[in-house]
Amino acid sequence: MTHYKMLDGNTAAVEAMKMARVKLISAYPITPQSTIAEKLSEIVEAGELEAAYIRVESEHTAMSCAIGAQLTGIRTATATASVGLALMHEVLNVASGCRVPIVMPVVNRSLASPWSLWCDHQDSMAERDSGWIQLYCENVQDVYDTVLMSYRIAEHPEVLTPVMVCLDGFFLSHSMQKLEILKQKQVDQFVGEYCVNNLKLDPADPMVIDNLTGSDEITEMKYQQAAGFERSRSVMNEVFEEYAIMTGRKKAVVEGYRTEGADAVVVTLGSMSGTAKYVVDQMREQGKKVGAVKIVSFRPFPYNELKEMLKGIGRVAVIDRTTGFGGQGAPLWLEVKTALGSNVIINDYIAGLAGRDIHTGTIQAVFENLMNSREEAEKPVWIDCDIENAMNLREVERYV
Amino acid sequence: MFNIKTEAKGYVAHGVSACAGCGMELIIRNVLDVLGNDITLVIPPGCSALFCGFGSETGLKVPAFQGNLENSAAYAAGISRGYEVQGNTHTKVVAFAGDGGTLDIGLQSLSGMMERGDNVLYICYDNEAYMNTGIQGSSATPAGAWTTTTPGGKPVCKKDLLGIAMAHRIPYCASASVANLPDLRKKVEKAKNIYGPRLLHIQCPCPTGWGYHTAKSIEICKNAVQSGAWVLYEYEAGRIKVNTKLKVLKPITEYFKYQKRFANISKEDMEALETFVQDNYKALLERSE
Amino acid sequence: MQMQQEKHTKKLQKCKVYGPCAIDFVSSNTGSWRIERPVIEYDNCIKCGTCKRYCPADLITIDEEKRECITIDLNYCKGCGICANECPMECIEMVEERGTN
Repeated sequence: MTHYKMLDGNTAAVEAMKMARVKLISAYPITPQSTIAEKLSEIVEAGELEAAYIRVESEHTAMSCAIGAQLTGIRTATATASVGLALMHEVLNVASGCRVPIVMPVVNRSLASPWSLWCDHQDSMAERDSGWIQLYCENVQDVYDTVLMSYRIAEHPEVLTPVMVCLDGFFLSHSMQKLEILKQKQVDQFVGEYCVNNLKLDPADPMVIDNLTGSDEITEMKYQQAAGFERSRSVMNEVFEEYAIMTGRKKAVVEGYRTEGADAVVVTLGSMSGTAKYVVDQMREQGKKVGAVKIVSFRPFPYNELKEMLKGIGRVAVIDRTTGFGGQGAPLWLEVKTALGSNVIINDYIAGLAGRDIHTGTIQAVFENLMNSREEAEKPVWIDCDIENAMNLREVERYV
Repeated sequence: MFNIKTEAKGYVAHGVSACAGCGMELIIRNVLDVLGNDITLVIPPGCSALFCGFGSETGLKVPAFQGNLENSAAYAAGISRGYEVQGNTHTKVVAFAGDGGTLDIGLQSLSGMMERGDNVLYICYDNEAYMNTGIQGSSATPAGAWTTTTPGGKPVCKKDLLGIAMAHRIPYCASASVANLPDLRKKVEKAKNIYGPRLLHIQCPCPTGWGYHTAKSIEICKNAVQSGAWVLYEYEAGRIKVNTKLKVLKPITEYFKYQKRFANISKEDMEALETFVQDNYKALLERSE
Repeated sequence: MQMQQEKHTKKLQKCKVYGPCAIDFVSSNTGSWRIERPVIEYDNCIKCGTCKRYCPADLITIDEEKRECITIDLNYCKGCGICANECPMECIEMVEERGTN
């Protein structure tokens, strides 16, 4: 008997963490993640989850507590967003460098400044070199599924790499959707008990962890991390396959939608992917040969799979929900461009910053601009920006 | 398991590259001698990280984690809770951090740990500056002292770490000194057996940073205690107890002598400091049982 | 914690681990630093243990049975001079030792 619930993205993440039987929680509240920290506290208090709850005083401490606890041999839970993730930055590198396989939902929200409460990918993009695996979710079911699968991916003995599960702030975190919840027995069997046996803090098996290391060894240790990333590619596919057999829902590191015979394709990340598919259906009905590609695993980036999927397609639009200042393009475009090379027109579209909705009009505008491009755009196209008035937003009266 | 390449009497290797005459070496050996090896140390980058070692080599024979400069208390809280959740209530989790990593950048995570009542023994070895990076001033640098970032002498006084700890109403905190090792060891033993946040603030003489001949480390700390510049006291269950009650305090010049860091204090500043130190001592005595 | 339970059924064997850790307990040759060495004059030594108590590197052993009761591990002695400074009977002298070890 399949068991359905109406949950928002945050609650779905909590449900998955609960069923994975995390043993320690250290989460600091920040919009739009706060309900994760709250709900975890509620279920611990109610006895629904047997775990210690450390009411940390900052995100930097949240990640530090999680690392310390996980090194003693337990699965931990933490979550954050936006500037909270930025504050964790220093310690994210400790988790990845010490091979601590923490799974952390990141509720994507714009970085200050300016202050914003709303969704974009600046926060997780700023951590793309942190050595964490980064997976992006399309809907609330996806959030639940991805968190569960992430424990298997992260904790695999040849991967041992922490995972960020990214879900769009408000669009997913606070959006109620229907999802299937697995039985606890299924989750116990799928996720299993925590049995990582790498660096550990155990008085019966003592070692000194994370001491000063020389130039003669660090390159090799970083190579170990790179090898973990490489291995995660196949592990991800294996885990996706196993989960599909259990649930009927099949994920892939990159998912194509109606790309067969397409002249133009839009590449997306996160919840905008659903809107993109909707617009593709609309446009296909009008006879336009378009498709959509959703990147699921941004780190490691699926360049081979993407190349294969977009073979023969002449025009690609990449929607970057972040800024990428100073680069030839923003982060997602840079990856796609590197993967596909120069025989394709690949335009970078900056859209959806700080909660600006990526609606059907946005996607249509992207396709229109792409189809009318005689050659590749020289720099990112700020497709939903009021360029005419951008420089005139504020005027102040002052003595000069 | 550790590969024992050289023998040692206790849990710390004998040949560790701390400076000759380093007070921290003496402190950590005594602390570990009292605590035993059913512990887990959290050590930030700094002088104490020398004991964690380099590469595959270490000077410690107990489990340890080298964290970041500002979050020793946070790692320790996580480790302590992690053990507890698995039924291990016997392994002592001990943070061993310097003054910079405690009173400056580390103050937030320390405060959080103390406020929550986490079961961590936090030991601050206070050499009164950022010594490992080259003698830069910290908030624990005493007024008048030279450091590379207070070359004219620090214009403001030292932060009161135990005062901050007491404001969190933790079960136990105390100051200690290498000048009185039996007292130091007694306090470690006492702290060891209490549940919750415990803090020991230990003055750590530093020949390199304070500018004195290495042989004077203990003598200088004795003078610090006897002049009131470093007061030995405990705070337990809300009550203060001054351990060494001195009828007459030695003049502050006795403490400053030998130390180049105090060589250029003006007479006025010296007198002001002496008054400050003596007033502080009197005030503590008044609050003491 | 799994380790503790299975300690009795498992054998000690070499396991590869990834990432930074130190498991070789080693003392480095700090004895090569010193330019002075402590020398004890036993006529006045009262075996009080002060030198042993204050040696930062814990290098002093006292054999109460012997007259020449002090052993200092010169492999590691940095020549700081604390023992000489603290000895209440002033029976330790720091003797120059440049170029020898």
